[in-house]
Amino acid sequence: MRLAQHMAIASDRVTAECIEATEFPELSRRYQVMAVPKIVINDTLQFEGAIPEQDFLGAVLQAVGGRS
Amino acid sequence: MGFLSGQDEQAVKKQFEQIGGSVKLTVFASELGPETNAQTVALVREVAALSDKLSVTVLNPHIDREQAQGYRVDVTPAVVVEGAKDYGIRFLGLPAGYEFSNLIDSIVAVSTGEAGLSADTKTALAELTDDVTIKVFTTPT
Repeated sequence: MRLAQHMAIASDRVTAECIEATEFPELSRRYQVMAVPKIVINDTLQFEGAIPEQDFLGAVLQAVGGRS
Repeated sequence: MGFLSGQDEQAVKKQFEQIGGSVKLTVFASELGPETNAQTVALVREVAALSDKLSVTVLNPHIDREQAQGYRVDVTPAVVVEGAKDYGIRFLGLPAGYEFSNLIDSIVAVSTGEAGLSADTKTALAELTDDVTIKVFTTPT
């Protein structure tokens, strides 16, 4: 969550939601959360586990279609 | 009974020494919801008591519908962490355990508006032309 929330600060385009998976079982099922942390970007791109900042940024850019 | 031990409070106060401007914490909670609603309100109030730069507003999304829509919050409990503006940081569920350290980190970060990211990352994010919603699923332990 740390990277996500700092990205939200860096860009008005970015929103970061930290979701407690056990409290929201429906959301967790919808996004097939099997392990945490699980990151879902724009409901399209997802991955599990902590990754380096550069890779996280790459995932964000990929989720918006490789532009920017 | 409080959530934070004396040791926790000291650790948080130490981090709060870095707080710049004021921070507004808006908690959306429902009395009819699970007990984590009341727990979230209590925890956020305990945290806010540790710095005079922090303020807390508690709203009920079923009653305060306009604010809930404005913040795009449709579940409880939810915490919105705002600094000089709403940066789009939300915590859904009781921000305890792993999420607690992120809550504290986000409070300090929004108070200064400084993202703790590399210059390259900031440049790339500044060029975004589409909205990006990042959901991070966690568990307390």
